[in-house]
Amino acid sequence: MTLLEQLAQYLASGLVVGGIYALIGLGFVIVFSVTRIINFAQGEFVMPGALLMVTLGDRRLATPIAFLLAVGVVAGVGALLERAIHPVRGAPPLAILILTIGASIAIRGGALILWGTDPFALAPFSPGPPVWLGGAMIVRQGLWLLGIAALAFALLWVFFTRTYAGTAVRACAINPRGARLMGIRVDRASLLAWTLSGALGATAGAVIAPITYATYDMGLMLGLKGFVAAVLGGLVSPLGAIAGGFLLGVLESLAAGLVSSAYKDAVAFVVLIVLCLVQVAGWIPWRVAEEA
Amino acid sequence: MSVSARRRFRMLVAVAIAMAALSSAVTSRYVLSTLIFIALNAMAALGLSLVMGFAGQVSLGQAAFYAVGAYVSGVLTASFGWNGWAALVLAVGAGALLALAIGLPIFRLSGLLLAMATLGFGIIVYYVLVNWSGITGGPSGLTGIPPLALGRFRFDTDQRMLWLAWSLLLLLLGLAGNLVDSRVGRALRAVHGSEVAAEAAGIDTLRLKLGVFTAAGATTALAGSLYAHYLTFINPSPFGFAYSVELVVMVVLGGVASIWGTVLGAAAVVLFVEALRTGLPLLTASHGAPEYEIVAFGLILMGFVVFLPGGLASLRKTP
Amino acid sequence: MTPLLEVRGLWKEFGGLTAVRGVDFVVEPGQIKAMIGPNGAGKTTILNVIGGALPPSRGSVLFEGVALPRERPHAVAARGVARTFQLVRLFGEMTVLDNVLVGCHRRGRSSWGACALRTRAMREEERRLRQRAETVLVVVGLEERAALPAAALAYGEQRLVEIGRALAMEPKLLLLDEPGAGLDPEEHRRLARLVRTIRDGGTTVLLVDHHMEFVLELSDEVLVLSYGEKLAEGPPRAVRADAKVIAAYLGEEAA
Repeated sequence: MTLLEQLAQYLASGLVVGGIYALIGLGFVIVFSVTRIINFAQGEFVMPGALLMVTLGDRRLATPIAFLLAVGVVAGVGALLERAIHPVRGAPPLAILILTIGASIAIRGGALILWGTDPFALAPFSPGPPVWLGGAMIVRQGLWLLGIAALAFALLWVFFTRTYAGTAVRACAINPRGARLMGIRVDRASLLAWTLSGALGATAGAVIAPITYATYDMGLMLGLKGFVAAVLGGLVSPLGAIAGGFLLGVLESLAAGLVSSAYKDAVAFVVLIVLCLVQVAGWIPWRVAEEA
Repeated sequence: MSVSARRRFRMLVAVAIAMAALSSAVTSRYVLSTLIFIALNAMAALGLSLVMGFAGQVSLGQAAFYAVGAYVSGVLTASFGWNGWAALVLAVGAGALLALAIGLPIFRLSGLLLAMATLGFGIIVYYVLVNWSGITGGPSGLTGIPPLALGRFRFDTDQRMLWLAWSLLLLLLGLAGNLVDSRVGRALRAVHGSEVAAEAAGIDTLRLKLGVFTAAGATTALAGSLYAHYLTFINPSPFGFAYSVELVVMVVLGGVASIWGTVLGAAAVVLFVEALRTGLPLLTASHGAPEYEIVAFGLILMGFVVFLPGGLASLRKTP
Repeated sequence: MTPLLEVRGLWKEFGGLTAVRGVDFVVEPGQIKAMIGPNGAGKTTILNVIGGALPPSRGSVLFEGVALPRERPHAVAARGVARTFQLVRLFGEMTVLDNVLVGCHRRGRSSWGACALRTRAMREEERRLRQRAETVLVVVGLEERAALPAAALAYGEQRLVEIGRALAMEPKLLLLDEPGAGLDPEEHRRLARLVRTIRDGGTTVLLVDHHMEFVLELSDEVLVLSYGEKLAEGPPRAVRADAKVIAAYLGEEAA
């Protein structure tokens, strides 16, 4: 393979993985912009999405139905978590962060009890050999991933810009007090944000499961990388998170291919530290939003 | 001596006597090693407690300092034949320097970002440990770490290690207690109370926070160093993100900024984990106990944040 | 004689809102100077800029002829500028004495090591600082409350603790942000006496307040602000009679 072909391959693989990070990062952004909470358990929305797909698939449910069910269940988990946090939402942000850490641990533990430590394989959504696009090979599931991600982004865009409920949520994100004065129920917006975030995470999990195995501890790393994607978008910009996700995916893929695959997972964290340094040093006019 | 310093001294002496008695009376390896691990964890969590209580920041990467302490000591003594105490001093210094190096850029960040940055830092350190196999021995780790020794007297039995670990812990508790009662401690408590007012009173809050973070890095590294000399072999797996979370749990349980609370928290976590490991297989046959401990941790953490934010230490205070 | 504090061409903008527009004034050593003006006039913003909590958008602040550090309040405090806040910011869980002792922080020199080891020098220093804090408590009249937690005090007394904390810094310039807010007339009189005592002790005072009578009685010079601009500056009687000032406070007809 020529260098150009290799680069095209890395780019293609990176975009596929980046789609996952984009979905997860978007989940972070939606919750943070409305509630100013960093949901440490975001990654643990991804994992049950994958594992539920596996279990429902074993029960011979058709893929689309299994998908909708898995997403629905985890969206419900997101809503439950929001209700659990609701009574203490006035607590200092660090206390809430610890709370979400606790939740993530509990969810992971619950998955461990239900599914054990074994990795589970899931059949791709449609059978067939990988596809060639411009000199790069993409597995079919990768196309499903990008397609479903694009669909999710489009649906959310329509929701946030064209529906009343979505616009209300955006208003809460911009100015909660002002929104409340206009009669918007900020509580409802918060619940909706967490539910959507759960759905996004589950979507990510469900589509990635056929590519990488589904295990009880897959959520941590994916969640952290999705967080880095969200940070690249300043934590409040959905477009930024999506772009950040794809960027991170490509960077990871390039690092793994050109440098060493051993340090692949470290790329995201190096990026995170660099971003933190950039914020402190003020080299470029990029900031992560402060807590309200 | 001030009232609280006198009381603290009496408490320390009482615990010292109790530990000395235990170390000679008890012969069960299991009990002794549990007590040693309580001391090591309390030492590691002590610094974090001050960081969370006074600097008001969560460090989600504290395990990295534990690892640095263990590996610096381990590598210098096992691979390069250094004297154990010299290696220990260097390990503590390494922990402090690393904390300073990471703290300088990130302490200007807001709380949540800082927490995530420490998380990233912790994971990077873990990765370096796993992948730098030439020095660290990679995933299989390092063996043949000699125990610490004073001349002919080697700290190679559980009794002796118990004595050493608890002596150092009590010493640290005394020093930390003195610090909290002093002018510096007052400044720390002021920053905890109102950062704006503390700054206006002339306190350089950034420098103070960095100082606490550096001290935390040093004490956690000390614990790690002792850990390496106790077990005589180390590998990266206990030093991952899970341990950083465990340390946070210890601090939250014990009550942030409470010195004795941290010991309680460490004891509670260690004992809880042991109880699960021994007790749960009796109740359920599947999956093994360590997994259940994770769920329980999560729920306990959430419970404490919601119901008892002051931790166990706040139970002592009269309403 | 160089003025103690010199504010030159100070502008402060917050996004679209201009809080301070080109304000110039000086504070001479030994003065009690007051800044008054309706709400939103920019008084607290100016104090915040002087104190280093906010950077100016334009302009400069000179203290003893040298520019004050920006955005580092502790460095401003080190130069000898102390302040109180509009909404009292105390360390509620600490005792009254400890709150004042925090003000003595810079007077102490013991290092972390000395504090951890409780060396003789550190204990000596602690004794000295404690004595100083107790003296300050006598000045503000709170010596009986020394051992109480600060949060347990009445609001007016909490104000005094905050002033005490500022005095413990032995400042050259004391910035008081609405010290009289929430006080009854008797407490106001006591406050005025306290401020005069502070000035007589060698500390220059720049205070912000709403109560006209209190301010006009107490100050040597008054600066009137409105919508971020300086309306008038001068001795109290002259300012009180100034047509622009009357218009701003009481409406055009009264002028």
